[in-house]
Amino acid sequence: MKRKDQEKLLQGNEAIVEGALRAGCRFFAGYPITPATEISEILSTRLPKVDGTFIQMEDEIASMGAVIGASLAGAKSMTATSGPGFSLMQENLGFACIAEVPCVVVNVMRGGPSTGLPTSPSQSDVMQARWGTHGDHPMIVLCPSTIRECYDLTIRAFNLSEKYRNPVILLVDEVIAHMREKITLDGSRPIDIFNRVKPTVPPEWYIPYEDTPTGIPAMADFGEGYRYHVTGLTHDIRGFPTSKPEEIDLFIRRLFRKISQNFADMQIGEFYQTEDAEITVIAYGCVARSAKRAVIDARERGIRAGLLKLNTLWPFMRTQVEKVLHTSDCVIVPEMNMGQVSREVKRVNKGAAKVFTINKVDGTIITPQEIMGKIREVC
Amino acid sequence: MAEVTKLIHEYLRHDKKFPHVWCPGCGIGIMLGALIRAIDRTGFSKDEIVMISGIGCTGRLPVYVDFNTLHTTHGRALTFATGVKLAKPSLKVIVIMGDGDAVAIGGNHFIHAARRNIDVTAIILNNSVYGMTGGQFSPTTPYGMKTTTTMYSNVEQAFKISELAITAGAAFVARGTVYHTRGLDSLFERAFMKKGFSVVEVISHCHTQYGRLNRMGTAVEMMEWQRDHAVTVEKAAQMNEEELRDKFKVGVLADRELPVFEDEYGKIRAMSKGTPAK
Repeated sequence: MKRKDQEKLLQGNEAIVEGALRAGCRFFAGYPITPATEISEILSTRLPKVDGTFIQMEDEIASMGAVIGASLAGAKSMTATSGPGFSLMQENLGFACIAEVPCVVVNVMRGGPSTGLPTSPSQSDVMQARWGTHGDHPMIVLCPSTIRECYDLTIRAFNLSEKYRNPVILLVDEVIAHMREKITLDGSRPIDIFNRVKPTVPPEWYIPYEDTPTGIPAMADFGEGYRYHVTGLTHDIRGFPTSKPEEIDLFIRRLFRKISQNFADMQIGEFYQTEDAEITVIAYGCVARSAKRAVIDARERGIRAGLLKLNTLWPFMRTQVEKVLHTSDCVIVPEMNMGQVSREVKRVNKGAAKVFTINKVDGTIITPQEIMGKIREVC
Repeated sequence: MAEVTKLIHEYLRHDKKFPHVWCPGCGIGIMLGALIRAIDRTGFSKDEIVMISGIGCTGRLPVYVDFNTLHTTHGRALTFATGVKLAKPSLKVIVIMGDGDAVAIGGNHFIHAARRNIDVTAIILNNSVYGMTGGQFSPTTPYGMKTTTTMYSNVEQAFKISELAITAGAAFVARGTVYHTRGLDSLFERAFMKKGFSVVEVISHCHTQYGRLNRMGTAVEMMEWQRDHAVTVEKAAQMNEEELRDKFKVGVLADRELPVFEDEYGKIRAMSKGTPAK
């Protein structure tokens, strides 16, 4: 079927829905929470039209469980929440990691901790997205700063989760989720959709958690004749619980290897006027928009400023960040938290540049003027 | 007997390293036998069945059987089951839980699965205690009993699982015991064939923890207790309150036609596509 170009004025949350449906999402389980609710509301009317399923569960723990169950049965699945709900999802998010079940979790960040700031913007869940569930595990976290990116990165999130059999978190701030911009929905633009690789061997030869060179075993859906065991216990290559040190070590290292071998495939960002920049701003989400404005203003005043926008927060874009640390004298990391990405920037810095931060935690956005002020202060 | 053993062997995973984790004399093995016989009688193929469990001694059951099996997080088995069933309704979804799993940590999911009346069978083995962690009291430990966290006495009242399921809206609710093994076979079979949320509560024993602390004797003696305290629904109807005081009912406690979630959602799909004619 040929798709037509459609120009639309969309909110971030609406663009996420369009992206999810385009990527093939056919199952959504969620629990109402502001500022993510629009995603649930729209999908409750859109999913049944495409023979998909929307279900409102009793809480976010249940939502995450249902999402994993649906994915194991073959449906591309998603949930959407905000900080308090994201905390409840951590338990089963860990299950998705250990059992390697593809799924997408949208977290529209609001101020925390606890009930926090319903619903002013924040970027304070960066570390929780990475380390929120217990135990060693890799995580893929994407962060949009435009409505176009809400759409594109949602598709990307589904593709990466299907490809690497890992949950992918779309970390959105409330500003982006509720802001509106014009967007042209694909149509003529080709979009790659990735579906999980299924086993081609006969069922009796199928090794569900096989340690292949890619580190990504083929995944059979329930009911396709490949009867296997899925567990949250540390397991051997057949999926059965193990307590043998050599099997445990191999398994945990494979989980990391499947991601670390493919950083380039999942790390997306944008260098803006960084080639000759003496001062580079590293920003993400809504703050990247203010940062871009500040960089343009600084250039107009003759200050050689640049921007590295991060669209992938985890795995941390070390190579790209190191590049600007080496070419710039100063790096400024503005973020709406007490210093979560800046902590990573400082970790990889090793004295190459001076690193400054702007930390705003009052529930309001960091303005271009505030970033400009810092640029003038450090230059 | 040899024939029955052969049947059970057909459904076990022989590449899974036995022996199993359960104590000698445990009721979970008896329940597993009944499950296999009932599944065999219903005619569902191994590929059609998804067996889902949570955490605890009972939660270990699915790893031993040759179905699509899913061993989830503590208390959450029904939430995973909801996702599996809705994504692929042709599958027969059976959830195996213990009492702590189903009505303590998973209590919220249990009542909501019943309220939705989703087409899933929930089997709950109720042995009144947390066995795997060493014998702590559970929501079904009776008042006044000893456990490793109520060494003086349990001061909490116990949940009645089956009655809870009926009130919450399950289409089919039955209670059996591991003593009445053949009765269990038929209760399971009826539950599997029922469209909607079906619950079978299986009264069992934990002689290793609960029985030892409360001086209830061996596994056999605890099963004799089940025999002496279980009263069929039919017989209970002719008994007065005083006679029923220390007894529990076994048999089918509720079997009713209620709207099933998947059917109702089918209507939503039709409404979303069509123009509502008025």
